Amino acid sequence: MNTVVKGLTGLRDWVDDRFPLLQLWNDHMGKYYAPKNFNFWYYFGVLSMVVLAMQILTGIWLTMSYKPDAAFAFGSVEYIMRDVEWGWLIRYMHSTGASFFFIVVYLHMFRAMLYGSYKKPRELIWVLGMFIYLSLMAEAFFGYLLPWGQMSYWGAQVIISLFGAIPFVGETLSLWIRGDYVVSDITLNRFFAFHVIALPFAIAGLVGLHIIALHEVGSNNPDGVEIKNHKDADGKPLDGIPFHPYYTLKDSVGVLVFLIVFSVVVFFAPEFGGYFLEHNNFIPANPLATPEHIAPVWYFTPFYSILRANTVNFFWIPAKLWGVIFMGLGTMILFLLPWLDRSPVKSIRYRGNIYKIALGLFVVAFLILGYLGILPPTPARTIVAQICTVVYFLFFILMPFYTKWDKTKPVPERVTGK
Amino acid sequence: MSETAVDPDRRRFLTGTATVIGGIGAGLASIPFVATFQPSARAKAFGAPVEANISNIEPGQQVTFKWRGKPVWIIRRTEEQIAMLDSMDGVLSDPESSASDQPDFALNAWRSSNREFLVLVGICTHLGCSPKFRPIPGAEDLGSDWKGGFYCPCHGSKFDLAGRVYAGVPAPTNMQVPPYRYLDEQNILIGELDGGAA
Repeated sequence: MNTVVKGLTGLRDWVDDRFPLLQLWNDHMGKYYAPKNFNFWYYFGVLSMVVLAMQILTGIWLTMSYKPDAAFAFGSVEYIMRDVEWGWLIRYMHSTGASFFFIVVYLHMFRAMLYGSYKKPRELIWVLGMFIYLSLMAEAFFGYLLPWGQMSYWGAQVIISLFGAIPFVGETLSLWIRGDYVVSDITLNRFFAFHVIALPFAIAGLVGLHIIALHEVGSNNPDGVEIKNHKDADGKPLDGIPFHPYYTLKDSVGVLVFLIVFSVVVFFAPEFGGYFLEHNNFIPANPLATPEHIAPVWYFTPFYSILRANTVNFFWIPAKLWGVIFMGLGTMILFLLPWLDRSPVKSIRYRGNIYKIALGLFVVAFLILGYLGILPPTPARTIVAQICTVVYFLFFILMPFYTKWDKTKPVPERVTGK
Repeated sequence: MSETAVDPDRRRFLTGTATVIGGIGAGLASIPFVATFQPSARAKAFGAPVEANISNIEPGQQVTFKWRGKPVWIIRRTEEQIAMLDSMDGVLSDPESSASDQPDFALNAWRSSNREFLVLVGICTHLGCSPKFRPIPGAEDLGSDWKGGFYCPCHGSKFDLAGRVYAGVPAPTNMQVPPYRYLDEQNILIGELDGGAA
């Protein structure tokens, strides 16, 4: 026993002389001091990484049986589901994983809004996170074409047509994206390349940058106070605890609970009533007929609703282009959050009622937009979507004003431990 | 050449030339990567004209053909449907088809060379879904003033029985009339105009 330990220590030291192993471990785990008052909301960062790892793992296995060819793609997915040993589980893990990825990422982003985690000095963490979010949307979009079902086909057709609304270059641009006059085998093949190589690389790299930036400035916490302002004689934050073993252990329990919930969905409701895997996608792609009702997967529906809510030609710009502009702005405006928020406090615990109401309205508008995006449009629903679109944008546009006027409470010097 | 002193001019020159030459090289090297995204020769060759036989189409019936990977509809309109096209102007966004895409012979209320047969690219001008043929007037989901036409299930755009877009819907222009010509009484060649040009 003693010799084994000795051997392992020796190996570690041998590596450490040639690679900054101990330093990396200490910087990011053993001596990374995180605030001691993390709550439930702080699980979703690590859960995002767990889902990313799972998507990469199941994705590699799926490519072993999938064929990125318009003639074989649909059949190869059915082959995975029926004939490949345990193929159904790998596939359902991947398709359910896509939806769970967005669930945990949306909650992770909402956490940042609750506790002002994007505020100075963490602006860059938020911006890098937004790039991850955009890459994730692209990754999901490219991946959705691969099963080559009706929703894959017509969803891609609609989204690529969005680029056609851009003046002058739009038609050329959408032709360039498709590589053909319609969504075709050529499009499928290149989307496969993006989905399995380009974007996973980009996402993994961005996640690395996101974490390096986080560990440089240190984590925020539910009180929104800087733990680095109060250090002990050794220079350790008084309200900080080492990430390992405290949070590695706490997160391990959270990950297990998450995996239990995830497994329940994978085993008992992988299609989730048509929300995770849409019913029409079990019909092979038919370029000659659109399904009766098409809607994107749930995680895109808020932005899809904003697109549809634009029905008026205005200032010589057609409604179609307005829709594309507002949908683009709807995602891009999130980048500006750190500079729109002028409140002197970070956490919602010490903000006034105006911000609480504004954030509440924003969440309600976002959820309603998401719900409407699943349904076919009617005149009444369009009006509701228009109102929610206005609320969505006002939340951001008016933010510099109401966050300034808002009556804030005094922020404690140290974390409260609540 | 000196062993100790740094020659800033030499360093600046090397930095400048490396940046310029390297930049030009990187720019030129990006051309093939960008260009591979364009339609390949095979994709372009796929757009040959398609022959459509119209002799078996009943009045009021829609038949779909595939041209350049897209649906092309041929609809044989009834006398009532043709008569109704003149009364639609009030609800349409571009009744004269002045902002829309069609061969010159289709610049009329019925948007075809022969009033009876409408030939349309079955793709909504909004975001590329294929609208549904809804010929029955007053359909419950489309309102009592619905006079028959095409309805796009994706974003609710409406078109009349000449493919002209209604006002107040997301689609900006009328549906495209493809180039086509009559080979004889019973056959249409989709993708080619009289005189051969597409």
